[in-house]
Amino acid sequence: MTDLADLTIARAASGLRTGEFTAADLLEAVMRRATMTEAQLHAYLTLDHEGAATAAEEADRAFAAGQDHGLLQGIPIALKDNMCTRGVETTASSKILSGWVPPYDATAVARLRAAGAVITGKTNMDEFAMGSSTENSAFGETRNPWDTDRVPGGSSGGSAVAVAAGSAFGAFGSDTGGSIRQPAALTGVVGMKPTYGLVSRYGLIAFASSLDQIGPFARTVEDVVLLLEAVAGFDALDSTSIDEPTPGFGDALRTGVEGVRVGVVTELMGEGIDPEVRAAVQATVDRLADAGAAVGEVSLPSSEHALSAYYLIAPAECSSNLARFDGVRYGHRSSIEGTTEDMMSHSRAEGFGPEVIRRILLGTYALSAGYYDAFYGQAQKVRTLVRRDFEEAYADYDVLVSPTSPTTAFPVGERAQDPLAMYLSDVCTIPSNLSGDPSISVPVGVDADGLPVGFQIMAPALGEQVLFQVAAEVERLVDFQDRARLATSDEVKP
Amino acid sequence: MKPGWEAVIGVETHVELSTRSKMFCRCPVDVDAAPNTACCPVCLALPGALPVPNEQAIEDIVKIGLALDCAINERSLFYRKNYFYPDLPKNYQISQYTFPVCEHGSIEIEAEDGPVTVGITRVHMEEDTGKSTHVGDGGGRIHDADHTLLDFNRAGVPLVEIVTEPDLRTPEQARAYGSELQRIVLALGVSDAKLEAGSMRFDVNVSVRRTGDPEFGTRTETKNVNSLRSLQRVVAFEIDRQVELIEAGGSVTQETRHWNEETAQTAAMRSKEESEDYRYFQDPDLLPLEVSEPWRDAILASLPELPADRRARYVEAGADAAAAELLADSRGLSSRFEEAVAAGANARTVAIWLTGDVVAHLRRIDGDIDATVLSGDHLAELSAMVEAGELSSSAAKDVLTATIDGEGSPRDIAEAKDLMQVSDVGEIEVAVDAVLAANADAVAKIADGDMKPMGFLIGQVMRETGGKADPKVVQQLVRAKTQG
Amino acid sequence: MPVDIDIAKVAKLARIALTDDELDQYGHQLEDILEHAERVQALPTEGIEPTSHPMPMVNGFRRDEVGECLDPDSFLSQAPDTRDGQFRVPRILGE
Repeated sequence: MTDLADLTIARAASGLRTGEFTAADLLEAVMRRATMTEAQLHAYLTLDHEGAATAAEEADRAFAAGQDHGLLQGIPIALKDNMCTRGVETTASSKILSGWVPPYDATAVARLRAAGAVITGKTNMDEFAMGSSTENSAFGETRNPWDTDRVPGGSSGGSAVAVAAGSAFGAFGSDTGGSIRQPAALTGVVGMKPTYGLVSRYGLIAFASSLDQIGPFARTVEDVVLLLEAVAGFDALDSTSIDEPTPGFGDALRTGVEGVRVGVVTELMGEGIDPEVRAAVQATVDRLADAGAAVGEVSLPSSEHALSAYYLIAPAECSSNLARFDGVRYGHRSSIEGTTEDMMSHSRAEGFGPEVIRRILLGTYALSAGYYDAFYGQAQKVRTLVRRDFEEAYADYDVLVSPTSPTTAFPVGERAQDPLAMYLSDVCTIPSNLSGDPSISVPVGVDADGLPVGFQIMAPALGEQVLFQVAAEVERLVDFQDRARLATSDEVKP
Repeated sequence: MKPGWEAVIGVETHVELSTRSKMFCRCPVDVDAAPNTACCPVCLALPGALPVPNEQAIEDIVKIGLALDCAINERSLFYRKNYFYPDLPKNYQISQYTFPVCEHGSIEIEAEDGPVTVGITRVHMEEDTGKSTHVGDGGGRIHDADHTLLDFNRAGVPLVEIVTEPDLRTPEQARAYGSELQRIVLALGVSDAKLEAGSMRFDVNVSVRRTGDPEFGTRTETKNVNSLRSLQRVVAFEIDRQVELIEAGGSVTQETRHWNEETAQTAAMRSKEESEDYRYFQDPDLLPLEVSEPWRDAILASLPELPADRRARYVEAGADAAAAELLADSRGLSSRFEEAVAAGANARTVAIWLTGDVVAHLRRIDGDIDATVLSGDHLAELSAMVEAGELSSSAAKDVLTATIDGEGSPRDIAEAKDLMQVSDVGEIEVAVDAVLAANADAVAKIADGDMKPMGFLIGQVMRETGGKADPKVVQQLVRAKTQG
Repeated sequence: MPVDIDIAKVAKLARIALTDDELDQYGHQLEDILEHAERVQALPTEGIEPTSHPMPMVNGFRRDEVGECLDPDSFLSQAPDTRDGQFRVPRILGE
């Protein structure tokens, strides 16, 4: 019999309703999986056994009483540790927030609770979501279940790994420059960044406010849709949330790609892209063409500058967003004596890790008098150019495709000392953050080392329907069945 | 001011709006609540919290802008002003930089030396900080404090900043500007504008130059001036200080100063080692503000009458300028004035009563006009009685205070106190005849051209009538009957 | 064009107390990153409007209504130092 922890959300939801198993059974399965894998993977910072058990009991009681709050009722879901959870420690993997227990829930979290989801715990991440490997965590790195000598990608590495390893049925992360899609690609799961403003950012510890979006991880496109539907939609607590009714996305999953215009982004298929990755992506494109899609090549000429623009905009916003961590109202306070200014400066120096400090300094500099126009101002204009490129491309194509990451999972430590090399991990994913458009990564194969390759699909703003339509077809055509080594029953037996 | 010198003065005014909720969150605007009980994730800047702007605050700032004759930018932007200070929870203040909500306005003020037009550079929206209490041996002074306590109830209260052009020239003008601005804000009903409570406060920039010099001198900024009197005194002090300094061969340092009420002096604040670099950038958590033309027009249409217009109307109605100003400044007085005039009262008389006798009596009894029964109709009735000659103007004052004291309507009081004048000529004639008959000597003197006994005769008639005869009628009759 | 950064000034502005060695190291790293970023400066962007928001939306207001505040204990209990219901910080001005 299959381990319950390996079921899809859709399958689990149906089993809960037929009485095949209970929410408590599902929770037990993922917690058992966590017990077996966590020592090697460290996907979680906090496993909330107690809270999850209570939520599972409630879900089972609701089923027994004939109450159904939606398909996530009773489903164990993991949350990135930058999403505020009332009563459960939330640190964003930073020492500066170690021990902080939020007095409120993020809107997405509140919606998941209302939908009856069972929150298993908080997942590891790069500190304040700054990084592409989940090595920049103050509490130790997360490892890739396909090869524990490799990184899972980042910054939402813990969420990706929990889903890949079966210690959660689905998970949420945040994507500022690829932090959902890139780890999804490196761990062989589906990860999606919605249109900016589709999911409320209220309660998401901000990295770069104009780029951050919460989004789901799951093992299938259909599951990703279920997760997104539970959290999407206008929120009065987020001024930038889109005030329009959110359509259901489920219908898009079965419509095929006949006549859909698919543009392959030239700049993201050339130099700097690993040949095996390129080949897997090309093979997928060919299958789409065979399935009736109208495939062509499209250029995003500004995309080569997108990375540079991103590494000015994101640090600038973060330098201001992270100013609130000052040792006054919460979080770490230095024991060094002095004035309030000394207290703040030492608290911050002691509380932030090197990558966070690097970006705060970079952003502070980019915004400072005399440099604003040359750096931040110019980056904002490049952002306009990137958006224009996309607009022009979407005049001819319904979706654009590319690799999600230039490489498959890289060894732990390989890029840790070279910030620029690490930043290049995000070259394919950043353009969609700058434009605010939705984008998804779907696993389409493995390289010679048996490491998964992600296929990125991008669509125009609020184009989630066509995005899921193509993603579901890619999933069907590729029929990717490989599982992470640590998620197979041979490996995970105690 | 010392001859040969001229001062150049600009004022920045902060006004806390009296909206129900804060600028970016739903906490109540309640700075008197117990410390930190009017706080939420947003105004405490907890990780993950986001600001959502209060529509009413935007409407209020547009009102202020329109009242100050500003252009309202159809699109304006929120910026972050980045600086670390423990009373600023986010360590940045949401404010505006380029594209404030309102720009390019002006305001007319009346100073002792005549009317002045003061340019308004900009009116922008921002949020207030929390409140610091410095604890230590120095009695609450920051310099001697060994620690500081922070209450964030005030953090995030909507704050409007109004910046003038350097158009003011004298301490009196600065005060007149502050006073007129306070009147406007109160008339708009957007703030309680209490200077002593800090819901309206001034930062004042002063420089001096020799008369005729086209260049501005180096200016100082004195922060957090919290009364109109202090505003005037700060400017006067700074002018004298700067002129003395320059005349002694020194020069003015560009610096921030603070006003010490006790010593009646400004002093330099301890300066920071380097000037602040606020790293302004557009707040990515907030969308551009759009004040559409229809919205702007609707707000314009809803504006109440402004103090200057009201004063002009009162003068037009017959009040003198000083009374018009006093009336317009008081809701209680102006509403009664308007009612009385609408009911046909003599505006000049009622204005004098309200601003003189009524105010004096209220002060005596330490009362508020709205706690009394005095109505516009009372005033109109009283005015009509005086106009009709039924009541002398001195008797009217007694009736007025009795009315305020709740003794009844003016007519009832006048009758009850037997104060009604006799204006009936026939009735008075009887008394006149009797007096003339009894004082033949006096009558004879008048006939010889000696007018001195005239007053005596009139006095006798008034006594005869118990003081109730209309003096004008008495005078007429006595004159006619003695001079043939 | 090599980038020259007054890293000590930047660190002070950002309120991060760093040792001289750390300043040196971060300074060099920033210079490398900014040299890379300088490529964006070469792009012709005259007349191009900057993008601050990905979505072309405006206002995002809420109505002037009062909502619930937090129980002070829920956040004061998380603070490093409090007294009498207030947050406490060391003296603000130096000796």
